[in-house]
Amino acid sequence: MSTIQPIAGELEPHPDVALVDRVRAGDVSAYDTLVRKYDRQIFRIAQHITQNREDAEDVMQDAFLKAYQKLGQFQGNSKFYTWLVRIAVNESLMRLRKRRTGKMVSIDEDVETEEGSVPRDLADWAPDPEQNYKQAELAEILRKTIQGLPQGFRIVFVLRDVEGLSTEETAETLGLSIPAVKSRLLRARLQLRERLSRYFRRKKVPGEARNEK
Amino acid sequence: MTCTEFLALLDDLIDDAVTAETRAELQQHLGRCGHCEVILNTTRKTIEIYRSHEIYDLPAGLRERLHAAIMARCKKGC
Ligand SMILES: [Zn+2]
Repeated sequence: MSTIQPIAGELEPHPDVALVDRVRAGDVSAYDTLVRKYDRQIFRIAQHITQNREDAEDVMQDAFLKAYQKLGQFQGNSKFYTWLVRIAVNESLMRLRKRRTGKMVSIDEDVETEEGSVPRDLADWAPDPEQNYKQAELAEILRKTIQGLPQGFRIVFVLRDVEGLSTEETAETLGLSIPAVKSRLLRARLQLRERLSRYFRRKKVPGEARNEK
Repeated sequence: MTCTEFLALLDDLIDDAVTAETRAELQQHLGRCGHCEVILNTTRKTIEIYRSHEIYDLPAGLRERLHAAIMARCKKGC
């Protein structure tokens, strides 16, 4: 993806603004550009939330269609991308609710867990520990690990650390307060660290472990 | 600074959202606490690994198919 970043920062309008204006004026091809620009991120977010490939495919289509229909309501005081992410998060949660009928799915329920808030595994990691695994193996480890996080932590981590939204944007997208985003982010990061540690910790060199069998 | 105080500021340190003064205090703690140094480095690494590895990729064929479906419906006015 090569988007040209405006040099003057805030003074230049975001390139998406012009695209959105063109779509509103009836130019469907401009929407094509927007879809191509953000489809990977939307698909990824949907997979992280639904943890299901087919659901993620449906969410991606529905989110882009809904955004297209609602473009008239888009205010332009938030970024198009953030606005789109919010639609995708809502679609994903709706999809989850459908699947787990009867079971409430919510991102604002308070997550009752102290896990990870106090780091226990204090072993240092090997240098570039990910290189000790094959690509597919590593992806599996990363998937399994993040899937084990409570939903409310996982979404915050994904939006904030993987997709690069700011704390404010994450809060706005999820309807959470900024302190709630911050506290979840810290616990998500620490829990992931703790869980990855068993794969990535520095292995003992056999000659050094004199006191062990 | 205690380890608990350090942990409370870990995110701000990682996100580069601390004042120079706080940063100096954090650095000072790191200088004499190996545990917190490990936690800082491995937490940074955790974020970096998740950021740089695509764990849910969108294969080209699927991407084109979804894309075509979206655009077809948009052209019809959804
Ligand atoms: Zn410490």
